[in-house]
Amino acid sequence: MKCADGFRSREITAPLVAEIKRSLVRPLRIMEVCGTHTMSIFRHGIRSLLPEGLTLLSGPGCPVCVTPASHIDAFVAAARFPQVTIATFGDLIRVPGSEGSLANARAAGARVEIVYSPMDALTLAEQEPERLIVFPAIGFETTAPTIAATILQAARLGIANFLIIAANKTMPQALEALLADPELAVDGLLCPGHVSAVIGAEAYRPLAEKYHLGCAVAGFEPADILAGLLSLIRQSNANRPTVDNGYTRAVSASGNTKAQGLINEVFAPADSEWRGLGTIGGSGLVLRAPYQRFDGLRHLGISLQATKEPKGCRCGDILKGRLLPPDCPLYGAACTPLQPVGPCMVSAEGTCAAYYRYSGQKESRRGIPAARA
Amino acid sequence: MKADSIISLDHGSGGLASQNLISGLFLKYFTCPQLRDLEDCAMLGEYAGRIAISTDSYVVDPLFFPGGDIGKLAVHGTINDLAMRGAIPIALSLALIIEEGFPFSDLERIIASVARCSEEAGVAIVTGDTKVVPRGKADKIFINTTGIGIASHRHDISGKKARPRDAVIVSGTLADHGITIMSSQAGMAIGGNIQSDTQPLHRMVGALLEEDPGMIHVLRDPTRGGLATTLCEIAQASGVDITIEEERLPIRPAVNVACEMIGLDPLYLANEGKCIIICAQEAAEAVLQLVRRMPEGRDAALIGRIEGGCGGRVCLTTRIGGTRLLEPLTGQPLPRIC
Repeated sequence: MKCADGFRSREITAPLVAEIKRSLVRPLRIMEVCGTHTMSIFRHGIRSLLPEGLTLLSGPGCPVCVTPASHIDAFVAAARFPQVTIATFGDLIRVPGSEGSLANARAAGARVEIVYSPMDALTLAEQEPERLIVFPAIGFETTAPTIAATILQAARLGIANFLIIAANKTMPQALEALLADPELAVDGLLCPGHVSAVIGAEAYRPLAEKYHLGCAVAGFEPADILAGLLSLIRQSNANRPTVDNGYTRAVSASGNTKAQGLINEVFAPADSEWRGLGTIGGSGLVLRAPYQRFDGLRHLGISLQATKEPKGCRCGDILKGRLLPPDCPLYGAACTPLQPVGPCMVSAEGTCAAYYRYSGQKESRRGIPAARA
Repeated sequence: MKADSIISLDHGSGGLASQNLISGLFLKYFTCPQLRDLEDCAMLGEYAGRIAISTDSYVVDPLFFPGGDIGKLAVHGTINDLAMRGAIPIALSLALIIEEGFPFSDLERIIASVARCSEEAGVAIVTGDTKVVPRGKADKIFINTTGIGIASHRHDISGKKARPRDAVIVSGTLADHGITIMSSQAGMAIGGNIQSDTQPLHRMVGALLEEDPGMIHVLRDPTRGGLATTLCEIAQASGVDITIEEERLPIRPAVNVACEMIGLDPLYLANEGKCIIICAQEAAEAVLQLVRRMPEGRDAALIGRIEGGCGGRVCLTTRIGGTRLLEPLTGQPLPRIC
């Protein structure tokens, strides 16, 4: 991590901040697409350094947040089978579905284990052959390659008690759907670093051209983010939107073709429901025919049930950048990190949770004030 | 597995097997006369000062981890809770709840560790209890320790005593214990010889209070919830704001790397051998020097100060000069997906 230290030093960030202040000639709204960017912006206090006219909006890039209640319900339904152990990424377990979360299921007796990678889930399946290990496959192009590699490994080793519930999503289709919304008022996109490492910076070219929108691919250190913002301001000033890759130490123009190959081998694109955004064509990944024996839903006979968004929850508008978290009537009152209602409050990288934790704004501007602890 | 190599329900029955466990294991390791008398309670003698009492239960998983084990934590944790009010610990109790089938060898390892730590700390185990519960009714072994201490009238150390302009010192590197446990649970090896920092702090606190006890206002060990949560508690209790500087926080590079990999914030991870010292600003340099001279505090650092303000807010000035509010931990620290 030593190499990252330079990207956090004030000697590098201070001139970038000064340049941002100098360059900003009119108010701009920039969407950071990725949840890890949202986290980093809060964690390093970047907002507190930016000039007033520069507004940062958080997009749909928190994988836990956009997983719809219908999928959470399916994970919980799987957890209720006595022979099933759910092996999941940690931050998924508190995400509420329409009938509670995996954490609630665990408290009621279900076996739910936190793993750090899908390969750990496969190892669990090898160690406990009498149980069915079900891995909720969530995330974007970032987690999809390792999940695909795990499926291929399970197939190679002939492991029959490892299953996934395919809920992966892909970013370009969601961005396209978002940008096609005439109500979306955004002047530039800070494009995700991890996703871009897989799909490549050029994946954003069609969006930049079609919507005349500046794109900057950025890493997650403060200097990366500030440089990305500066690039977007300059693109806007020059009225020449393009795709600027400022994260060349990880992202190439065409991305990681091997990872792309793994995804394509195992998964096929399909329509997918996003929490707060609805169903977006071709934005999800489902198992291809040769690998459908790993399909947990099929194996357990679970079908996805349509669900309603919680009443009053404005996560959809927040994910689209239409509202800031305190504009939601539930924020800080009915919906807090301890008792999340909407998905944006659940994961630490969810916009509302990050806002609640780091901004100091604890009450909704629209609704009843939060109860004081 | 041989019958005598595991703990059975008989060992907790109070009958012959219990007695064998006491004489064959506990009395082998614990030398304190009050305990060896096997009376219903221990008599501690007469002490001058205020009596302090603290209790804590230990349920850590895994039981053995780099730098320590559940027994070591159970001794140090309670000693430190007493020390954080400026009390000198004088006695500990030890209560065990053991799951049926627990390996005798693991129990012996834990008891040996408890005995060694209590001896090194000079705080005896004076009374104890053992219960065995059916398999599945507890997870391997749970330990409770209660500690008795004596506090002088010369100081009044409490979480409510932080005052504006006070200095905030932390006695060493942060998050070592938390990241050790989280990475052990994840089956992840982290580099840099990172291990739990569990250690008793009563001697360091004793030395601090010998000098000028009135200068020390708050002592707190940032265990569960880490530095951030503990500072929030102090800010709330004292009705002050606290500002700390990211640049000054002592965090080992390997701990930072592991935190970034797992997606955890070191400010929210537990410490088991560190304390926050809030003292009068004019005493800060002397306190820092004294703490650094002790083996427990050689990495101590001045990390911030107490502000006036509306109270309850903890603010971090980030390395790049930004400001970030620190909130208390909500729920468990969960690793992030990517």
